[in-house]
Amino acid sequence: MMEEVKETASVLSVHDDSIKVTEVLKEGDTLTFIIVSQKLSGTGEYHVDRTYEDFEWLQQHLFSQGDVPGIQGVIFPPLPAKPQVNASPRSIKQLGFLALGECQPYCKALETFLQQVAAHSILSKNKAVEVFLTSSDPPGRQKVKKNIFNRLSQAVEEMRKEGHKDVDEFFQNERDHNLILTGCTKTAAEKFLDVVATEQKIAVACGHFSTALHLCVEPGEDPDKQAFSRVCVKLSEVFESIKKNMTSVAENNVNTLGLGLDLESRYQEAEREMLFRRTCKLVELENAQRNVEKAKPVKKAAMEEVKKAAETEFEHTSGVAKQEIARFQGARVEMLQQALVGWCEKQLLTAKESADQFNQHLEVFRGMA
Amino acid sequence: MATSSERSPPPFPDSEDQDVLDAEEVRGRDSDEDEDLFGSTSTSPVTEMDTTPTSDVSMKPPSDIMNDPLIEPMSSQTGNKPASEPSDDFFDLTNNVSVVAAAATKSDDFVDILGSETGAQRGEVVKADVTVEATIDRSEVTAGVIDPLSQQEAKQTSTAPVIDLSGDSQPVTSKIADPLVALFSDAPPAAEAKKPSSANVDLFDDEEGSDIFAEPLQTKPAKQPQKSLFGEPDEDVFGEPLGAISKKPVPKELKEKSVTTKVTAGGPLQDSKPADIFSQAAASTPSVTSTVNPKTNGVHSEEDGDIFAEATVELSLDSPRNERKKEATAKPSAPAPTSLPAAASLAKPQPPALEELEEEEEEEEEDKFDIFVSVKDPEKIGDGMNAYMAYKVSTQTTLPMFRNKTFTVRRRFSDFLGLYEKLSEKHGPNGFIVPPPPEKSLLGMTKVKVGKEDSSSTDFVERRRGALERYLQRVVNHPSLLQDPDVREFLEREELPRAVSTQALSGAGFLKMINKATDAVSKMTIKMNESDVWFEEKLQEVESADQQFRKLHALVESLVVHRKELSLNTASFAKSAAMLGSAEDNTALSRALSQLAEVEDKMEQLHQEQAASDTFTFAEMIADYIRLLGAVRGSFDHRMKAWQRWQDAQSMLQKKRETEAKLLWANKPDKLQLAKEEIAEWEAKVTQYERDFERVSATVRKEVIRFEREKTKNCKRQVITYLECLLQSQQQLIKYWEAFLPEAKAIA
Repeated sequence: MMEEVKETASVLSVHDDSIKVTEVLKEGDTLTFIIVSQKLSGTGEYHVDRTYEDFEWLQQHLFSQGDVPGIQGVIFPPLPAKPQVNASPRSIKQLGFLALGECQPYCKALETFLQQVAAHSILSKNKAVEVFLTSSDPPGRQKVKKNIFNRLSQAVEEMRKEGHKDVDEFFQNERDHNLILTGCTKTAAEKFLDVVATEQKIAVACGHFSTALHLCVEPGEDPDKQAFSRVCVKLSEVFESIKKNMTSVAENNVNTLGLGLDLESRYQEAEREMLFRRTCKLVELENAQRNVEKAKPVKKAAMEEVKKAAETEFEHTSGVAKQEIARFQGARVEMLQQALVGWCEKQLLTAKESADQFNQHLEVFRGMA
Repeated sequence: MATSSERSPPPFPDSEDQDVLDAEEVRGRDSDEDEDLFGSTSTSPVTEMDTTPTSDVSMKPPSDIMNDPLIEPMSSQTGNKPASEPSDDFFDLTNNVSVVAAAATKSDDFVDILGSETGAQRGEVVKADVTVEATIDRSEVTAGVIDPLSQQEAKQTSTAPVIDLSGDSQPVTSKIADPLVALFSDAPPAAEAKKPSSANVDLFDDEEGSDIFAEPLQTKPAKQPQKSLFGEPDEDVFGEPLGAISKKPVPKELKEKSVTTKVTAGGPLQDSKPADIFSQAAASTPSVTSTVNPKTNGVHSEEDGDIFAEATVELSLDSPRNERKKEATAKPSAPAPTSLPAAASLAKPQPPALEELEEEEEEEEEDKFDIFVSVKDPEKIGDGMNAYMAYKVSTQTTLPMFRNKTFTVRRRFSDFLGLYEKLSEKHGPNGFIVPPPPEKSLLGMTKVKVGKEDSSSTDFVERRRGALERYLQRVVNHPSLLQDPDVREFLEREELPRAVSTQALSGAGFLKMINKATDAVSKMTIKMNESDVWFEEKLQEVESADQQFRKLHALVESLVVHRKELSLNTASFAKSAAMLGSAEDNTALSRALSQLAEVEDKMEQLHQEQAASDTFTFAEMIADYIRLLGAVRGSFDHRMKAWQRWQDAQSMLQKKRETEAKLLWANKPDKLQLAKEEIAEWEAKVTQYERDFERVSATVRKEVIRFEREKTKNCKRQVITYLECLLQSQQQLIKYWEAFLPEAKAIA
């Protein structure tokens, strides 16, 4: 098993941070993403086209690596929800920020997903990743079989096991904290999405106003009329730049903090799932222990065996989980910081540009008077 | 018809009288037409004249009502004590007049009487006179100005439409005869008494201010300055009238008699309480002007009104000291020829003003209007559904027509509406664009009344306050409207009589009114074969502008809604960011997040301000213009009405002529005479209405041009304010971001 791991370690033949989702093609109802990645060996790039089903296939494979110890403790990079060509309001709500714009945010999210997978010490060893990134044949066009990570079944179980008291204080704290953070991040992302949506509405309204102002222009030689027309045209330009300003503000919001909050929120979700899986293991282990205690001597050995297995699995899981959590905490702070700094810088730039433009407009108007 | 008779004061008395003479003495000499006209004078026009001033001119019940009280005291005075007092006055005045005519030294007394009289009189005629001093100056100047103008007019009209001149003079002669009869016969039946007395009122309006005053001016000193003012073309005009004047010793006597009758009516009033003249004039002006007003602008088309306005503006723009000095020089020597050059030089701005009249009027002076009105401190008074909003109206001005530099009064909303009603009643028919106030809003006001202190009701109150302020500022920026006594009263007087019947303007009613006006306009356009392309184009422009403004308004309103939404959303994002910050374990990140929350809070404030800026600079401005465009349409509508009246009169005249032809054919000489009289009467009316129409057209045209210029100027100003605000908020934003950036970088 160890050899296999070693083998697969060298399997991944691309730079993890060179993975890019460069393009998206629309064919009917299906979206095809072009994924480009740099070869480790030196020059040359891999170009593959993948549909969302392929991404799902990859994730299923990552989930179902039964042979890797402590796989249950991994915080799997979250795959964004399926995009819709003719999105219904509900699916838009589910997608959040990723539904905005012309797929760029979505591509960005997929890109982040792939990069996270490729950079992950455990997950990148999976063959499926290499296949997904390099094989020219689409891997996952067949029906994926559902496993226990299926969200639906998980939701049912969640009700029972979510509140289970943890034996480890660290995990108990982490679970409580995660619960709060998940909620907060989710609301923050939603609110921020509202802000962006309104900004886009304002941009549209400004555009309408600007166009309508153009219609106010009256032809004619009359100097009074021309003066008024000039005012209208100028004002129309002003609103055009207000519109541009708003559009770029909204775009900045989406591309930086918006995506950041979205990713954060999905990652928190993923952490919660991981913690939940661990809790399941814990419950399993406790059940086994109880069974051992209650078991009749005849079955005691067998029970012991089960308990032992559960114990090792739980320990593996806990070990991996601890590492994952530590890694995740660092990663997410860094990610959020990047998002905030980027956001701030971009907004600052936009504000300065706009101020410049407004100043120019103002000068023009003062000159007219 | 009434209009011209009222309007034409100075020259006509002379020519009238002369005509009377001529007609009486040399009946055969004049043309047939003329003779006919004079024949008709005795019969129909008398009754016509007595009724038309009240019914025809203003066509509004108030004027009737207002006329009556006015008539009452006068008739009582003339009826009761004509025996003793009038005779005294008669001598006094004749003396004075003759003294003036002889250009000898006149008693101060007389000048005072004259001054105050003309002051009051002018106050009425010119529509808005405040200080007596100013009026003296002005009336002198204007008298000088009117004279040549009307003289000219008289000259012009005397050649072609003789009817007009005689039409104007007819009623006067008949009136002169009538009151005299009334006075001397001493026992007139009630109904009859009323008629002559209303004629008397006409006379009063007609001649008091102008006759007494104009005469001395005309007879002697007038010639010089007028020549200097008007130069060449007027000279021959003057040769004639002067000849005419010299040719009329008898009419003068006749006239003096009429003057006495008039003075007995008006004189004692003003004589006894000179201090009160102003207040009386002010008190009575609303009524008097409402009837006089339409007439004041009679014959010379509205240009004359402008002369007054201009003159007032110009004069009042001079420093008060200067004016007083002028007054000092002008008073003692008013009719004397020596002072007139001085007066003319003092009134220097006038010639240019007159020149402007000939071409397009330049309105540069408007910027000089030194009056600023602010509406502040909306306050709810009372409880429940009887509550109302009162506003503080503060005026800041250096115009000498106001007694103080700053003054503040409290007005409730319906007072604003009442002012508009008065103004639109008075000035609307003349083609002026009267700025409309904001509509009554049942919903908005109910919210305020119920007392919910939510944002929408404060928003409503603030919007309305702004709208009222802009409305008043527009009114006082209008050169003619500023002169209106009602405006002054509104701004100055402590207590205003409660405005009633503003209900008609409430909410939907107002809109309906506008729509009705629109409908009427569109209907009438179909009927009216527009002779003036300019108006046709303008009307279309106004219509399309109205539509565009409505569209723009809807767009801006939706923009404002989005802005408000943004501010709300930003606030809730700030809240959730704060929550996230407090839930965060990483201290640096937690700190940054709570900083972020603060930044977002500030941004919410910015968005709110931006929404307000959008609302108040654009949405409200556009709403104002939608209202103003309604007023513009209204003025077009009034022009259409004037046209309609003219056309009706023309078709009536046509009918009368046909009857005449029929009668001629049927050889019925007895009825023929009547028919001819009627024709003459209608011809006079047609001329009159045509002139009215032209006057209204000219006013509308000028007003529309003024409106458009103002619109552009105002838009530009608003845009600049808006951009400044935008820039400022953008700079504020930059500051916020710059402050936040190090915080974000400090994470990790």
